[in-house]
Amino acid sequence: MNPTRKRRLWLVLALVAAAAIATALVALALQRNVAYLYTPSEVLRGEAGAHARFRLGGMVAADSFRRAPGSMEAHFVVDDGDARLPVVYTGILPDLFREKQAVIATGRMRGDTFVAEQVLAKHDETYMPKEVADKMGEAHRKHDVPASAGAPAEMQ
Amino acid sequence: MSASKLGRWLPLAVFAALAVLLGAGVWLSRQPNREALPSPLIGKPAPQFSLPVLHEPGRLVTLDELKGAPFVLNVWGSWCASCRIEHPVLTRFAESKRVRVVGYNWKDERADALRWLDQFGNPFWMVLVDYEGRYAIDWGIYGAPETYLVDAGGVIRWKHVGPLDEAIIREQLLPALARAEAGR
Amino acid sequence: MLPELGQVALLLALLVATLQALLPLAGAQRGIASWMAVARPAAYAQLLLVAAAFAILTHAFVVQDFSVQYVAENSNSLLPWYYRYTAVWGAHEGSLLLWALILALWTAAVARFSRRLPDAVIARVLGVMGLVAIGFLAFLIFTSNPFTRLLPAAAEGRDLNPLLQDPGMIIHPPMLYLGYVGFCVPFAFAIAALLDGGATRQGHDDRQWRDWLRWTRPWTNVAWAFLTCGIALGSWWAYYELGWGGWWFWDPVENASFMPWLAGTALLHSQAVTEKRGSFRGWTLLLAIAAFSLSLLGTFLVRSGVLTSVHAFAADPTRGLFVLVFLGIVIGGSLVLYALRAPDGDKDASFAPASRETLLLVNNLLLVAACAMVLLGTLYPLLADALELGKISVGPPYFALLFLLLMAPLVLLVPFGPLTRWQREQPSKPLAMLVPWAGLALGIGIAAFFLAPQGAWKTAAGLAGAAWVFAGTARFAWSRFAIKGSRFTAEMLGMTLAHVGIAVFLVGALLTEGLSMQRELALSPGQSVALAGREFRFDGVERRIGPNYIADHGTVRVLRDGRAIDTMHPEKRSYASGGQVMTEAAIDPGITRDLYVALGESLGDGAWAVRVHVKPFVRWIWFGAGLMALGGLVTATDRRFRRKEAAP
Repeated sequence: MNPTRKRRLWLVLALVAAAAIATALVALALQRNVAYLYTPSEVLRGEAGAHARFRLGGMVAADSFRRAPGSMEAHFVVDDGDARLPVVYTGILPDLFREKQAVIATGRMRGDTFVAEQVLAKHDETYMPKEVADKMGEAHRKHDVPASAGAPAEMQ
Repeated sequence: MSASKLGRWLPLAVFAALAVLLGAGVWLSRQPNREALPSPLIGKPAPQFSLPVLHEPGRLVTLDELKGAPFVLNVWGSWCASCRIEHPVLTRFAESKRVRVVGYNWKDERADALRWLDQFGNPFWMVLVDYEGRYAIDWGIYGAPETYLVDAGGVIRWKHVGPLDEAIIREQLLPALARAEAGR
Repeated sequence: MLPELGQVALLLALLVATLQALLPLAGAQRGIASWMAVARPAAYAQLLLVAAAFAILTHAFVVQDFSVQYVAENSNSLLPWYYRYTAVWGAHEGSLLLWALILALWTAAVARFSRRLPDAVIARVLGVMGLVAIGFLAFLIFTSNPFTRLLPAAAEGRDLNPLLQDPGMIIHPPMLYLGYVGFCVPFAFAIAALLDGGATRQGHDDRQWRDWLRWTRPWTNVAWAFLTCGIALGSWWAYYELGWGGWWFWDPVENASFMPWLAGTALLHSQAVTEKRGSFRGWTLLLAIAAFSLSLLGTFLVRSGVLTSVHAFAADPTRGLFVLVFLGIVIGGSLVLYALRAPDGDKDASFAPASRETLLLVNNLLLVAACAMVLLGTLYPLLADALELGKISVGPPYFALLFLLLMAPLVLLVPFGPLTRWQREQPSKPLAMLVPWAGLALGIGIAAFFLAPQGAWKTAAGLAGAAWVFAGTARFAWSRFAIKGSRFTAEMLGMTLAHVGIAVFLVGALLTEGLSMQRELALSPGQSVALAGREFRFDGVERRIGPNYIADHGTVRVLRDGRAIDTMHPEKRSYASGGQVMTEAAIDPGITRDLYVALGESLGDGAWAVRVHVKPFVRWIWFGAGLMALGGLVTATDRRFRRKEAAP
């Protein structure tokens, strides 16, 4: 084999090897950093079981927010129109966190409570993140509740 | 790097795959299910309330007074820009006298509400005032504008979140109203 | 009356853009001079019309014409006058008009500063830019009209999103768009080159390629510089506005701006190779198409509702579809053209494994890989959703880890580039020049590793990497000055500045990530928290009234060794019209550290949740980016690009 061919072969091999390593790394990194979203009813049905760390999506139930005066530990309940799940979070809640509004909390289950490491609340003009809305839409189909479409309304 | 025969078409192929994915994305988001809020009240009796009337402050109205015929309940406030957008549509609908349109003035100052109605016109058969939002929680009101259809027996049959437009009235509200009147 | 004129202006602009696209392109194809001559005047006319529409919209905001729906949705009588100007681009329709305006500006600039280009070339370039303009103007007119009337007129506007009521909002989008849209210029040049059958014929001489690139390079560098500034401003703005102390979140919208930047950086370097050596022609063409395509893709992602993001515009699938179709035509069309017309090979341009070409090839590969990696991570949730694998989000560590892995080899190679000759170099030569500096960098790294109070690896990597890049680049600059008679051109100066910028950025990014300290806790008035050798004493909160908000105005005193060094005032603002609550963090900026304090919620009895950060060297992130941008601008001024083409 002449030298140019040989060099080209090495080059191709190197590129293939690099691509293989890159693919493997990417797949690994994705797997370790992908967080699935579940609603309370899915969690209670056991569908979130496989993943230790996941995202919980739904609405902050009315009248569920509790925080001991002077304490950073907040308790609230996430509701998806179907089921409720208690959540505890220690830290500063986002500005737009409110009862009866959409929320996505990232964390793990501890017993019957969801311990949130991060809480994201309504953050654009629409009511709720599409993912949460889609999931709750599924819950509605189950309960035969008509979904309504329309432009976003305003909050007071 | 030279563009070999295969290599020339590779970028296009990659882009084509990407475009398919993005197209799927657009397809998936075509029906904004964003308003898939829990409306567990559909099919349930409307919550009882006792609220003052905007134009007759001393008078309190309860749900029972409104029963007997279907009515549309429209949640609004003078602070709500989208309410202004739906106002002409709502007015046209109210003027058709198809059904009573009751206003639910939510978290609004009385003077502001009156001025708003003065300025834009009052399409409402009656305006209830819930200054603190006391009963709004029971109705599941999250914002304004929101519109409910309640049948003669006081059962909630339909809810819409966001401003109304002709299409929604035609395709959703009127059929729901017809079903409610037929007792279905 | 005026808003209707605005609509007319947009319609006319669409008409003019159509003329600007069709006539010159056809004329260049057929050699009809009069048709080609339409290009320049059409470009100027388009600028005038779009600028008029933009001015009319601005005027509507300034006089607070709430009969215009867009104004009613994004402004308010209480809005301070200066924000009325920036509210113009606060939401979808207005920002799209800004896009169109900036496109018209770039087009007119190309028309104005291209006297020496052959008519056919300028006709094609402006024609392609005209095609893009058609897309955006049509998008505006048919799906996103900013001049729609609201009748009856609203008595009061809904208000500009408080997140956007901020000085950073004034510059960030225009700067970003200048970059995004600016990539349309090298894109148009690339398409023009592909359309000109002569440029890609076998046997075509390299000189014409070099001329083509001499024209394109300054434009590309300037657009890239603006994009760098735009991204840096976005990062800086998120840092002080969002209240979390973070500077980059790998959010889909951020990624949407970063991908064109990565492709653009690769493009810059590839263009240099093609201009000087005639090789990498395929790369340069593809990268030019890719950079602008990614800009368009970014526009799509942000406005279509396809992705969930912290700061996407309110979404609309109809608009998403429109942009997708437009994307398909522009990108698909370009890639078909590429497949059919791309040059067969770079003859006489072979190079040895040890050469600057190889290094730049690796540079291209790593940057493109990084770009692909970011694209994958950004679209993966969409893919999973489409395949019904569940609703997932990809966490920042995916991006951060892989980006680090890809950039590490790049950082190692940066100093070698300028010191390695074209085509063939003896590896021993650059190695000999750099080994002592590698040793120095390693020493610094080791020292940092053991001295760092925390985050040893990141600190060591940041300092070692920065020292290495800085020393290596300085070595190159020195070698230029030391050798008598050698020139230090603007291009070299630009490169030096930009590479030093990389070093500065490394210090900022890695040291902040490694050495930042933070506490989040409940404080009552009088209580304090100790952090990084300083004491932060919370003095309570009082009510203050602003122009269009009510604020909870906090006071935090910072002491060091008992001596007061600063008083900081974090705020929590409640905006009157929308009822939205905003955190205004208090920042004490410094060259070696930022002190950052933000209020959380009131916990009752005067106690508040408070977040305190000490962030070392965080400003170096943006200094570094600024240096890079400056480098890009300086490179563009190089006299070589303004030289008349050599006589045949």
